[in-house]
Amino acid sequence: MADPMRIRAQAKDNNAIVRVLMNHEMESGQRKDGDGKIIPAWHIQDVSASLNGKVVMTAEWGPGVSKNPFLQFTIKGAKAGDKVAITWKDNHGDSRTDEATIS
Amino acid sequence: MHTRRQTLQRSLAVASLMGATGLFPHNAQAFEQAAFDAKSIADAVKAMGGNAPSESADVSLTGPDIAENGAVVPFGIATALPNVKRMLLLVEKNPNALIAMFNVNPEVDANFATRAKMGQTSDVYAVAITNDGKAFFAKKEVKVTLGGCGG
Repeated sequence: MADPMRIRAQAKDNNAIVRVLMNHEMESGQRKDGDGKIIPAWHIQDVSASLNGKVVMTAEWGPGVSKNPFLQFTIKGAKAGDKVAITWKDNHGDSRTDEATIS
Repeated sequence: MHTRRQTLQRSLAVASLMGATGLFPHNAQAFEQAAFDAKSIADAVKAMGGNAPSESADVSLTGPDIAENGAVVPFGIATALPNVKRMLLLVEKNPNALIAMFNVNPEVDANFATRAKMGQTSDVYAVAITNDGKAFFAKKEVKVTLGGCGG
C-alpha cells in the first residue's frame, strides 16, 4: 500500500486552493538498471478530486511528472469545512484516496 | 524481434483506428495512451481532441528560466479563455512530449500547478483546448543543467 498523501486546502475569496503532495515513485520507463535492462514505467495515470463527494476535477498524467508529484488547483465556490478528497490510480492498478478538510 | 519503434508505430496505428471507429469517446475516463505515447506536440494535442494549436496571450505558463535539476521542474499553467475543456503541459524534447492533462470543469479554475521531469533544455508548452476543439498555447524555453530522464 502506498504512503498517504499530504493535502492542504485553504479557503480564499470564495475559492479553495488545494495543494497535494503524493508519494509515488513515478518511474519513467526510460532508465536502465545495472544489467542494461529498461526499468518498466510505473506512474500515476489518473487523478481525481472531489468536493463533498462530487467529482470536480480529473487529470491524466504520463511518466513525465516528477517523483512524489505535486499538484495545485483551485476549486470555485468551496468554503471552510468542506471536504476535499483526492484519488490517484497508477498503471499497476494500485490506487489511494485521501481526504482533507478545507480550512 | 520487434524494435521499440515498430511497437510504438503499431500501437499508434491501432489507436488511430480505434479513434476512427469512435471507440475512444473523448469525454470518457479512459486513459489516453495514444496522447501520452505521442512524440510531438502536434500529435499529442491531436490525440487529445484539439486542432493545430495557435499561440495566444490568454494562456500562461510559469516556470523557471533555468532548471538546475531536470528531475523536478515546477510549472504552472493557466488560461483566461472561456469554454476550456482541457489543459495540457508538454515538454517538446522529452521522449514523450505530453506530461499531464487536466480536465477543466466549471467547478475548478483553469489554473494548475505541478512538477515535471525534463531530459534536456527544451521548449515547454501549455496548451488549452476549448469545447469546439480549438487549441491555444503559450511556450517558454527552460534550460536544464542536469537531466532528469536518463540514468
